[in-house]
Amino acid sequence: MAHATGTVESHVQHHFKSSDQQFSSAKLGMWLFLFTEIMFFGGLFVAYIVYRAWNPELFTLAATQLDTVLGAVNTVVLIGSSLTVALAIRAAQFDKQKQIINYLLITIFLATVFLVIKYFEYTHKFDMGILPGAMYTFEGIDHPKANVFFSIYYMMTGLHGIHVVIGIGLMVWLVLKAMKGAYTSSYYTPVEITGLYWHLVDIIWIFLFPLMYLID
Amino acid sequence: MATASNGNTLKVRYFDIDENPKEHYLNAEKGLKSWLFTVDHKRIGIMYLASIVLFFAVGGLLALVLRTELLTPAENLMNAETYNRVFTVHGAVMVFLFIIPSIPAALGNFLLPIMLGAKDVAFPRLNLASFWIYSIGALFTLVSLAVNPIDTGWTFYTPYSVQTGSAVILMTFGVFIMGFSSILTGMNFIVTIHKLRAPGLTWGRLPLFCWAMYATSVIQVLATPVLAITLALLIMERTLGIGIFDPALGGDPVLYQHFFWFYSHPAVYIMIVPAFGVISELIATFSRKTIFGYWAIAMSSLAIAFIGSLVWGHHMFVSGQSELSTVVFSFLTFFVGIPTGIKIFNWLATMHKGSIDMKTPMLYAVIFLFLFTIGGVTGIMLGAISVNVHLHDTYYVVAHFHYVMMGGTVMAFLGGLHFWWPKMFGKMYSEFWGKISAAIIFVGFNLTFLPQFIMGSQGMPRRYYSYIDQFQTMHQLSTIGSYVLGVGFLIIAVYLVHSLIWGKKAPANPWGSRSLDWMTSSPPAHHNFNYTPVINNGPYDYHKPISEFTLGIAEDHEHGESVEKAKEETKA
Repeated sequence: MAHATGTVESHVQHHFKSSDQQFSSAKLGMWLFLFTEIMFFGGLFVAYIVYRAWNPELFTLAATQLDTVLGAVNTVVLIGSSLTVALAIRAAQFDKQKQIINYLLITIFLATVFLVIKYFEYTHKFDMGILPGAMYTFEGIDHPKANVFFSIYYMMTGLHGIHVVIGIGLMVWLVLKAMKGAYTSSYYTPVEITGLYWHLVDIIWIFLFPLMYLID
Repeated sequence: MATASNGNTLKVRYFDIDENPKEHYLNAEKGLKSWLFTVDHKRIGIMYLASIVLFFAVGGLLALVLRTELLTPAENLMNAETYNRVFTVHGAVMVFLFIIPSIPAALGNFLLPIMLGAKDVAFPRLNLASFWIYSIGALFTLVSLAVNPIDTGWTFYTPYSVQTGSAVILMTFGVFIMGFSSILTGMNFIVTIHKLRAPGLTWGRLPLFCWAMYATSVIQVLATPVLAITLALLIMERTLGIGIFDPALGGDPVLYQHFFWFYSHPAVYIMIVPAFGVISELIATFSRKTIFGYWAIAMSSLAIAFIGSLVWGHHMFVSGQSELSTVVFSFLTFFVGIPTGIKIFNWLATMHKGSIDMKTPMLYAVIFLFLFTIGGVTGIMLGAISVNVHLHDTYYVVAHFHYVMMGGTVMAFLGGLHFWWPKMFGKMYSEFWGKISAAIIFVGFNLTFLPQFIMGSQGMPRRYYSYIDQFQTMHQLSTIGSYVLGVGFLIIAVYLVHSLIWGKKAPANPWGSRSLDWMTSSPPAHHNFNYTPVINNGPYDYHKPISEFTLGIAEDHEHGESVEKAKEETKA
């Protein structure tokens, strides 16, 4: 029950006894949320596993239509953004206000690059007739269930893309707050937990990339 | 004098509980806005309570309509198609809008922080958000009823849910949204139990209701996201035709069933485990005895959460899953009965040689033991493969899950509602009418559902608006029973509302309970306690006088400032 802080700072909500208790509660909550995210994506990964087990040849055939270079670039971009968001947290721990903002802006930039590349990948496929679901008209893959592979592809990368967009939104909000000097070494919980979220988004992509692009 | 877990000593003293609180959470703030935008867990709990009671009434009325249609084999009130819609809406409303949020979101929200000696849940604003998310989800389902009521059954099985013209997307999107409410509540409770326990409240001193809420929250966090992705895929199947579940496009409908039951079987434990928590409190309090097998009851909740996540395949014994998995799921289904049995035996052992006081809540606890045991044992029967093939999709299954859900969860909910009613509103309900209506409900319930076991074993299939003549007597008994049930609930509604206005003022601890939720005034103060509780007794230490249970940190304080100083001091 002992806490280092003798006085209670203004950011501590009424029902917490100390800043430490509030911080560790927020972190535990975020870890649980990340766990639910894994279960959420887990459904899609199971669908992937089931259909790949049933149609192994379909997956190797269809994966040739995915652009490995663009996928690899995006992987590097996201890993880079995970680094910069971690550096933003470190900047907050050391009270470097300017650096928090700069690192967050770089992260937002990298996330945007990821989405732009994804946009070009999607539109290229749309032009070829590789559309999700019933709109699928592409005839280059000789397999009756080719549409199902791309449905799974669009669902997984699409859901991941939505998470990237949400991440960008969160970080824009962090930047706005950081400009007002909201985050210091004694209080940087939102930066920390947004960072955790961003790492998860990154990790999910690290699984998606080989599962989708690197099979042949 | 009390020593905290880390060896620090706290300066403590006994506090008096205000029997006539002038200021409490109900009058701390005024106006509609002070309710709708409150972050007070107690007010959020009351708002949930009002919502679920409303939806219970809606679902209940639909059930009465269904039973009236079944009075004769002829078309009495509606045709087959309307009947399909009505039973679907009855199921979906009862499952997603009433029973899942019932005990956790209403009673749990109100009680959990008080039982932990905390001022609120860990994330009060998230708590309010989850109430609003629930409301928005409920709105979607209501709109779907206005547009084109769904007729798929509450399980939304593909391929029919892809083909039907009814408003599947609106309904499932509503359920999808409400899922997030459930997830957020679960997260909030887990963090609250981990981080906000009062000084001295070790894991071994938690009231068993808290352990039950903990296990429930684990299931909510584990399983609900899978329902979310399943329903999202179903919506995509209908809008885009993604072909994952639709056999016409190369998909697999059994995969949908696996996904759906991966959530929905654990969900029945989301419904029943909180009820176990309520029953533990009721039986210990009204037997005036230390609970028998504290750790067995606490850990069996977690065991149920764990094993219950591995039994979903018993819903698909006749759906074409492999024989091996059928055998494994059947075994695991038997296995999950063990922790449940452990609880029943421990409750009975608690009552053994106790000073049992048959107040209304205890009456419901006993009714629970009786009905839930029937529901549980028939569940084990349904888990046996050969029996299941015969009884699959018959009224036997309907009777089984009503004995578990209604005979179990609803009875525990009613018991809990009566038990904590004085705490929530500061008013006593009528004990006389409480007992009368409990008796009526017990009779009505058995009259409704016992004939369904018999009909089901004779082959009456579920989900039909008509039947062959030989079942008419049973159906009529069942229908009459449902009217008796309706009368029972009506009486409860009348005397509870009556008590709010004309009821006797409730003392702080009308039942002589030893757990922390009774160590504050009725209704509780705005921040739950007028002191910071310190716990040095178990919640069921009935051998100690009540006056030993109101220990708190000495010295008045605001926002914990002087608490920190007090911690450093020692008192002999």
